Amino acid sequence: MPLSAYLGLAALVFTIGLFGVLTRKNAVGILLGIELMLNAVNINLVAFARARADLAGLVFTLFTIAITVAEVAVGLAIVIVIFRVRRTIEADHLDLLRG
Amino acid sequence: MTEIVGFWVAAVVLVAASLAVVLTPNLFHAVLWLAVALVATGGVFLLLDSPFLFAVQLLLYAGGVVTIVVFAIMLTERLVGASIRQTSRFVFNGAVIAAAMFVGIGGFLLQAGTPPPAAATGDQLRDLGRALVGPYAVTLQLVGVLLVVALLGAVYFARTED
Repeated sequence: MPLSAYLGLAALVFTIGLFGVLTRKNAVGILLGIELMLNAVNINLVAFARARADLAGLVFTLFTIAITVAEVAVGLAIVIVIFRVRRTIEADHLDLLRG
Repeated sequence: MTEIVGFWVAAVVLVAASLAVVLTPNLFHAVLWLAVALVATGGVFLLLDSPFLFAVQLLLYAGGVVTIVVFAIMLTERLVGASIRQTSRFVFNGAVIAAAMFVGIGGFLLQAGTPPPAAATGDQLRDLGRALVGPYAVTLQLVGVLLVVALLGAVYFARTED
């Protein structure tokens, strides 16, 4: 398959994830959308790594995966703390910083 | 030929599972669909001659991330019952913005030229290992520091109050 096929697939998954981030009300649902977007970016990196025979794309993907896992762990810990304090994780109800 | 068939199978599964993640009303089902989408992404890595990333994807994402998210849902919602249902808001606006983003990326892809295909190198896994401890050694150390910090942060947030 040509490089552009993989890039198009990644663009489609990225926009689906963006739709999820924009429309979900639950904080965990928003995190799931972010996961989809990061996966689409990883597909791009690996596709370019093969098309250009350049290892940097693969190394970058490995680091992206590691950082994403750390982000999910901290993000979900924050969600649990918010739930413990406010008894809700609906993003619309979390407006403590609204002026 | 195998790559073409595999690509379309992986693409259809990936897009369908992604749509299910953002559209299904049950949050727990959304996590299960996310696991399907992550495995399909691993299949795409396999098609791109990166079996090592396929293994990492299965271990870290499909194994680790999905488990943590399921735990978070269990702690914040009742696993079964009506309370896990979630609604979406601004569906029309979100769809318009996402479609505009897709048109923008697609337009860029269409007018961008394709790079000349490069010859594949030999043992990719050995080169990857050498690169991780060679030119990228400092970055690898920093990732280790980041993981420790994330672990400490998660423990700090999730501690009990006493």
